[in-house]
Amino acid sequence: MTSAAVSVRGLTRRFGEVVAVEGLSFEVKTGELFGIVGPDGAGKTTTLRMLAGVMRPSGGDALIRGRSVVSEPEAVKPHIAYMSQRFGLYEDLTVGENIAFYAELYEVPRSVLPGRLERLYEFSQLAPFEGRLAGDLSGGMKQKLGLCCALVHEPDVLLLDEPTFGVDPISRRDLWLIVHDMVARGTTVIVSTAYMEEAERCDRVALMNRGRLVGLDHPRRLHEGLGGEVISVRVSEPRRAVEWLAGVPHVRSAALLGDSMRIMLGDGEEAWSSVRTSLEEQGIAVLEAAPARPSLEDVFVELVERERSGKNPERSGND
Amino acid sequence: MAVSVVRVRHLVRKELKQLLRDPRSRPILFVLPLVQLVLFGYAVNTDVRHIRTAALDHDGTSASRELLEAFAASGYFDIVERPQRPSDIVRSLDRGRVMLGIEIPVGFARDLDAGRGVSIQLLVDGSDSNTATVAGGYALGVVTAFTIQRSGEAGAASRGLVLDARAWFNPSFESRMYNVPAVIGALLMLICLLLTSFSVVREREIGTLDQLRVSPITSTELILGKTIPVMWVGVLDLALITVIATTWFSVPLRGSLVVLAAGGFLFILCGLSIGLLISTVSRTQQEAFLTMYMVFLPALIFSGFFFPIESMPSIFQWISYANPMRYFLEIVRALFLKGAGLAELYPQFAVLAAMAVTGIGLAIRRFERSVA
Ligand SMILES: Nc1ncnc2c1ncn2[C@@H]1O[C@H](COP(=O)(O)OP(=O)(O)OP(=O)(O)O)[C@@H](O)[C@H]1O
Ligand SMILES: [Mg+2]
Repeated sequence: MTSAAVSVRGLTRRFGEVVAVEGLSFEVKTGELFGIVGPDGAGKTTTLRMLAGVMRPSGGDALIRGRSVVSEPEAVKPHIAYMSQRFGLYEDLTVGENIAFYAELYEVPRSVLPGRLERLYEFSQLAPFEGRLAGDLSGGMKQKLGLCCALVHEPDVLLLDEPTFGVDPISRRDLWLIVHDMVARGTTVIVSTAYMEEAERCDRVALMNRGRLVGLDHPRRLHEGLGGEVISVRVSEPRRAVEWLAGVPHVRSAALLGDSMRIMLGDGEEAWSSVRTSLEEQGIAVLEAAPARPSLEDVFVELVERERSGKNPERSGND
Repeated sequence: MAVSVVRVRHLVRKELKQLLRDPRSRPILFVLPLVQLVLFGYAVNTDVRHIRTAALDHDGTSASRELLEAFAASGYFDIVERPQRPSDIVRSLDRGRVMLGIEIPVGFARDLDAGRGVSIQLLVDGSDSNTATVAGGYALGVVTAFTIQRSGEAGAASRGLVLDARAWFNPSFESRMYNVPAVIGALLMLICLLLTSFSVVREREIGTLDQLRVSPITSTELILGKTIPVMWVGVLDLALITVIATTWFSVPLRGSLVVLAAGGFLFILCGLSIGLLISTVSRTQQEAFLTMYMVFLPALIFSGFFFPIESMPSIFQWISYANPMRYFLEIVRALFLKGAGLAELYPQFAVLAAMAVTGIGLAIRRFERSVA
């Protein structure tokens, strides 16, 4: 159990001028639920496709259970499952036929198949639809069927690309139940998502932005590593307050969230009282203020901010 | 490379299920061949009778008059105009008053009797290329029969009349004898292209191709799984068309059924591999559809289906060497009309076999590359 299930080493992929993934390195332990989080275009899909062996890296490598996806993809294939962002189903085949087809592709033995099907149907709630054409399912059910197809050969490593994108809350919960069940059975899962609250379910998350890794840790420790403080504030004129705060010292960021405002403060005991004074000098009344738990979103925004300010001077020096 | 027979079998089963379930592909399988066969079989042989003909006889001898009577007596030609000048024939053709012009030169009878080569000019209205070809063929047939009869010998060429290179292996002058076998070739090609051109692109478009590529299935297994079902459909269609051609259209199969089946099999493989290549090259189904037509139409035109290859400009003759349909049409026509066997047809078989092997190999290679 010492060796990593997945070991990514300097993985890079270019599309012409665009660097979609740049020098990505991380390790995922066996049985870990590993999240990749990032905004649109961060390079999540590209990373997962390279891990799945359907896209060749421009540089670097990834080892899955010690086997290279670049030099021995055939050795990797039986051990992984990849569910693409838009999982392809044969819409003219039924739910049962779709699952059976994938079971056959991976040569799942007849003796174990009924047991597996029963479990998959139970978690996915798809049993009543076994004879229905996949094309006639709702979006959430299609996604669950995709996951069942990907899981029918019980892979060691499961790669999921935004499995809950555009899925209703109930189906989303079902999908996560299936994922947690797989993890409980020892499967290593790498899942990408753009939803921060989903990332909080993971054992560890990698934060990606513009193809680069900007943070990697347990969700809680990412919060702690932030150093500052987040305060949720209600004020008399929220809009004006947000604009004003952009230039105030100690304020890292301020954003509206419903009718309250989230202010991320820099280090220092005096930070909040000085910001409060500055608001009141502007004639904005502070109605309510309470410390808030920083969300991964806050962490993300902060890390991207740090990376940007850290990189800029270096880059202009190179030009 | 190890091929898992079990996996290929499962893939074949899945493909067959989809083929039979898809309301778009179902009619292609067995209805399209019937409709096409009936269309071609009838359209071509009913309207080519009583061809309106203009005849200009410069010779004015009994021999030349007999020749023109032979034309009229055949039933295929009605001599409706007797112009005085060659330019009148051209004008009548231009205005569509006649379909065919016959011009017999001075000295026709003399040269014929002396055993020297004679030439007759036949002008055919090419705007209806199909009828034109058939009319030209009939005319040559009449002339051949005439010379044979006059000379009392078997070989027309040895005594007098030198025929155009477009020899017509169709003793009864019935166009369907010539066309129905050719329809077999055109149909098999069309079915193979229609069923395979979309097979890989469609999976790319709906996203299942990625799923297949992650699975342990190899490119070879995938290609086999996609071709075997279409091959079966092709073989069944070949049998179906052959039965209808010989019974309904009473076009006798003079050659061997086994040779026909073997040639059909090789030709089907060629069609499949072309379709698969189109499918692996195309990004979308629409692109595949357009590419398919851009391949099928030239394949049909430069195959000898409508007009004999020998009558085409030489550049097109060269193009036709790369066309598998050309070889298959040669095979089916020779089998149906002349009763030829492998002894005469082995060059065509060799070319088709080479094309089939190269095509399937290319499709697999191309597919493997598209994975990267
Ligand atoms: N096939 C391709 N050709 C060219 N550029 C590509 C290709 N695939 C991805 N890219 C580019 O690479 C970058 C990363 O894309 P990727 O799809 O990996 O991001 P993502 O994090 O999955 O985003 P999303 O949330 O939209 O799915 C983007 O700038 C994208 O435009
Ligand atoms: Mg993506």
